Amino acid sequence: MNPLAGCLLISALLFAVGLAGALTRRSAILVLAGIELMLNAANLNFIAFWRFGPHPEALTGLLFVVFSIAVAAAEAAVGLALILAIYRHAHTSDVSEITEMKG
Amino acid sequence: MTMTLPFLILALLTLAGGIAAMTLRRLVHCALALTIAFAGLGGLYLNLGAEFAGLAQLLVYVGAIAILIVFAILLTRGDDEAHKAFSPSAFGGAIVALAVFAVLAWAVQSSAVAHPADVTPAPSASMLQIGLALMQRYVLPLEVIALMLTAAMIGAVIIALREKRQAEEQRP
Repeated sequence: MNPLAGCLLISALLFAVGLAGALTRRSAILVLAGIELMLNAANLNFIAFWRFGPHPEALTGLLFVVFSIAVAAAEAAVGLALILAIYRHAHTSDVSEITEMKG
Repeated sequence: MTMTLPFLILALLTLAGGIAAMTLRRLVHCALALTIAFAGLGGLYLNLGAEFAGLAQLLVYVGAIAILIVFAILLTRGDDEAHKAFSPSAFGGAIVALAVFAVLAWAVQSSAVAHPADVTPAPSASMLQIGLALMQRYVLPLEVIALMLTAAMIGAVIIALREKRQAEEQRP
């Protein structure tokens, strides 16, 4: 197996682990952590394609990952602030007990 | 050329951390395992020759987001969180994740990248090149990111403080 396919498989496995966590956990914080893992799996793909792709001197994948990390940091800050606000309102961070906005 | 031993060790560390973060029952243990997964990913970036992205990953994820998650866990500490870690529909969620992984792995295996190719030497990405790219070609995304980080910081503070301000208004 060549390194690019190895990177892509590891990234796919990490994405599946994050998706499983986001779909199965009850704690809203761990749902957010699963989404962060999925974002990181996508970042690993960008780095792998930058490293083994045809034009690494353009630095496209590398800089996309840097911007993506910044976006992920903002997302984590806002997401955790939302979880804190919901916890103050509903006194729980269990996503299956927060049913007030269910359609 | 196959994958090297350090790459495999880092990949195993990352995957073990991720799986532990998503399956352990105590939230603090999950946060620590998640930190291990983030650090392993930073090591993978360094191993692939992306020093800047690897160090940014270590600084932002291991340094900032892990601490944020630990603070959020400690601020939202439930009374009995240990015996209800998974949702009632956890089996379906695991099946969906497994199906997604199967499709992704099939796509990778059947695509052109799975065939053995000659591996190019690691591309050079010096700080000078990255700085020039950030200041010339990618200066507009950089400014947009700066604006978005400011907006996200203000938004996070406003969201987290709203309930407290209402409580203070109701008190007098």
